[in-house]
Amino acid sequence: MSQKVLLNATEVNIALHRLACQLIENHDTFSETVLIGIQPRGVFLAERIKLLLETTYKVKNIELGYLDITFYRDDFRRNDKPIEASTTKIDFIIEDKKVVFVDDVLYTGRSIRAALTAIQSFGRPLEIELLTFIDRRFSRHLPIQPDYRGRQVDAINHEKVKVCWEENEGLDAVYLIKN
Amino acid sequence: MSELSVKHLLGIKYINENDINLIFKTADHFKEVINRSIKKVPSLRDITIANLFFENSTRTRLSFELAEKRLSADVVNFSASSSSVKKGETLIDTVNNILSMKVDMVVMRHSNPGAGIFLSKHINASIINAGDGAHEHPTQALLDCYSIREQFGEVAGKNILIVGDILHSRVALSNIFALKKLGANVKVCGPKTLIPKYISSLGVTVELSLKKALEWCDVANMLRVQNERMDINYFPTTREYTQQFGLNKKILDSLDKEIIVMHPGPINRGVEITSDVADSSQAIILNQVENGVAIRMAVLYLLASKLQRNED
Repeated sequence: MSQKVLLNATEVNIALHRLACQLIENHDTFSETVLIGIQPRGVFLAERIKLLLETTYKVKNIELGYLDITFYRDDFRRNDKPIEASTTKIDFIIEDKKVVFVDDVLYTGRSIRAALTAIQSFGRPLEIELLTFIDRRFSRHLPIQPDYRGRQVDAINHEKVKVCWEENEGLDAVYLIKN
Repeated sequence: MSELSVKHLLGIKYINENDINLIFKTADHFKEVINRSIKKVPSLRDITIANLFFENSTRTRLSFELAEKRLSADVVNFSASSSSVKKGETLIDTVNNILSMKVDMVVMRHSNPGAGIFLSKHINASIINAGDGAHEHPTQALLDCYSIREQFGEVAGKNILIVGDILHSRVALSNIFALKKLGANVKVCGPKTLIPKYISSLGVTVELSLKKALEWCDVANMLRVQNERMDINYFPTTREYTQQFGLNKKILDSLDKEIIVMHPGPINRGVEITSDVADSSQAIILNQVENGVAIRMAVLYLLASKLQRNED
């Protein structure tokens, strides 16, 4: 197994700032916008972006929720081992709000398909956008594209892209892992 | 651990502590789901479940049906009173006929102990025991322990008292297995005639005085007297039973701590528990019912994940 650094801590930081600025361009004060981190790994990115928006760019009162998609996946009973669920926590109303899904890696698009179904249990949003830190080109199974992307990566199928966060893995970095 | 060690839920006896904790963790997520405005997830949309109730039930049948529908499963219902069982069909024939209609899971209640185990040896579907005679009622025990965990944060080390007809109660047996596996201390209390002779071999102590037992416990689970399973008289009169083993507000208030009162239902108000206790803030009887749906969703989901897909 070999791994290659795609983005180091500085590059991750630059990309995060750019994503935050792009969100402000489109959502201004976030009064009608909510962020939804997709469990489990989109949550770290969502929390980081919220922190950046609040501390560096002084946007106040950003609503952030966590959405678990385990029960909405289309591969239930197709995997060897079932996937363990995580917590869903959405303490605000999403009806008529602009929802931004936040996830770390966009690969086949199936998780986002599941998230689009799952979010409907909480109401009818005005619109839904997708922010993803890594967009893996050439590997989509569904017609889903991000509205905001940190970096586009060309990785072939047996390669894995891993996004690491300081609060979880001790260091901000993105790796390409080859088996 | 994200998988159960068993293919069927036939009784608490056959599962381990990890299984119970996995069911609880999964139920936590389903409890959040059933409190949403849209209380449904699509997980089991390609699964068909038959609810076979050879014995009467209100709560358990509704609870299972609701859990199945919340998971988007297709449901067929069967009750013995309106079926060919009356015409002399055997259990295995009835079930095989239903399975020919491509049913993936069977939820069964039957008056014969071991009916679920018998079926699991003869048919392919995943079986969930919803009560078999005086043997086991695993989902009831799971939801009882889950409700205790919800109140105290954990079950281990808590003192749990089970009062009433221990001899005929499948709820008592399943509860004892589950509570012991989770590390709780269990005591039973009731008329001597309704306490099985070898109960202590399950690691349970016996107390014949209700007052003393209540002073010991953190939770009292009050069981119904199962008149339908009694072939002889086990105590002189219902009135005498109530005087000795009925829980009323006076005894409850005389204790130096606030205990939690549970009841698996159906309640015989004024027999094992008085109305003012059943409706008091110490009783978590309706929480148990709510938790029942979440627990059954978790059990169905986890067992369904082990089913082979047809195309395999």
